[in-house]
Amino acid sequence: MPSLKDLKNRISSVKSTRKITKAMQMVAAAKLKRAQEAATASRPYAERMASVLANLSASAGAGGPKLLTGTGSEDTHLIVVLTAERGLAGGFNTYVVKLAKQKIGELRAEGKTVKILTVGKKGREQLSREYGDMFVGHIDLSGVKGGDFSESAISLGKKLTSDFDAGEFDVATLIYSQFKNVLSQVPTAQQLIPASMPAEAEEAKLGNALYIYEPSEEGILETLLPRYINTQILSALLESAAGEQASRMTAMDNATNNAGEMIDSLSLQYNRARQAQITKELIEIISGAEAL
Amino acid sequence: MADKLHFSLVSPAKEVFSGEVDHVIAPGSEGEFGVLVNHAPFMTTLKNGVVRVLENGTTKMRIFVRGGFADVTSEGLTILAEEARLLEDVTAASVQEEIDATLLKIQSLDKDDSARIALQEHFDYLESLKAALVH
Repeated sequence: MPSLKDLKNRISSVKSTRKITKAMQMVAAAKLKRAQEAATASRPYAERMASVLANLSASAGAGGPKLLTGTGSEDTHLIVVLTAERGLAGGFNTYVVKLAKQKIGELRAEGKTVKILTVGKKGREQLSREYGDMFVGHIDLSGVKGGDFSESAISLGKKLTSDFDAGEFDVATLIYSQFKNVLSQVPTAQQLIPASMPAEAEEAKLGNALYIYEPSEEGILETLLPRYINTQILSALLESAAGEQASRMTAMDNATNNAGEMIDSLSLQYNRARQAQITKELIEIISGAEAL
Repeated sequence: MADKLHFSLVSPAKEVFSGEVDHVIAPGSEGEFGVLVNHAPFMTTLKNGVVRVLENGTTKMRIFVRGGFADVTSEGLTILAEEARLLEDVTAASVQEEIDATLLKIQSLDKDDSARIALQEHFDYLESLKAALVH
């Protein structure tokens, strides 16, 4: 049986924890709104880009650049794991890492070489224990201010395309958390290189209209493809950021509720203990009086 | 057949413009081109420059874009720009401020850093934007 003082201390400690989780929840809610807006704002660009590319690649056929058709082999895989910089967001990072591990396991079972590039601190922390030797790089997101990921997206895209040109890998897959809505974020694996077309964009093409190309079809594809990859990375970054905040908000809401319940049960215990002590003291006084 | 051209200009940050217009003049990489309604399907890369939207023969809007693509289909014209700004929203002073800030950032990075290359492109864009404002 804990003493009254212990109980009092525990209650006040849980109370301050609740204050912190409540504050974190509110901060996450505010950030979520901004992140969600940014993710939605970038969507039209990504969609248009996909449909333009679908038009082009449909007419380009097999002779397209390597970024579209691949190197011909798929022995070396690069897995880009996109997680958050910070924890305390429920299972957000863990789910992404879990999918990454599963994917890595599958590829290794097939005898492929796997390289890992992590984006965001949490993914690196969780993966380095098991796959430290497969790391080829890490990109830090902690310097990103106010949800402006365009620079990180471009620099990551540049790194990927130049490594690909240098023959460092054959296939690049991005693993990130797709933002469905506030309550559900789905860990997703998306192939970045060779560029994959979204299924709906294929239908959007305009029956192979006779296009006039300036400068040339190949020239356009060559400039478009790296940008398409950048765009995909950017929307993944934005969705991941929105998902992180949503996930943190939910986690902190749960934590706040749990802390509330805990305070209730601790208060009950405290009141009982106090009552028991009062009764005990009364008995002592009465029995003392009787003894006289 | 609609007698207006559907024109939309999107950048990664947002949809800058979307609506029906008469005439759009854009800076293609092989020369400026104008698009009216019922233009033949056409696709080109763009260079840094001003996209002009014309209504009744007068310039209604000027948007400064960095790189990207123009895609003309039977449905209209779509411009995908890396960066886009309405010229009336910026002033020479604010651009100069950004140029200075970007320059500082570039100098703080390693030469072979990929982020530096990205910043360099942004810097070039701002420089040409400044030039466009002067004229």
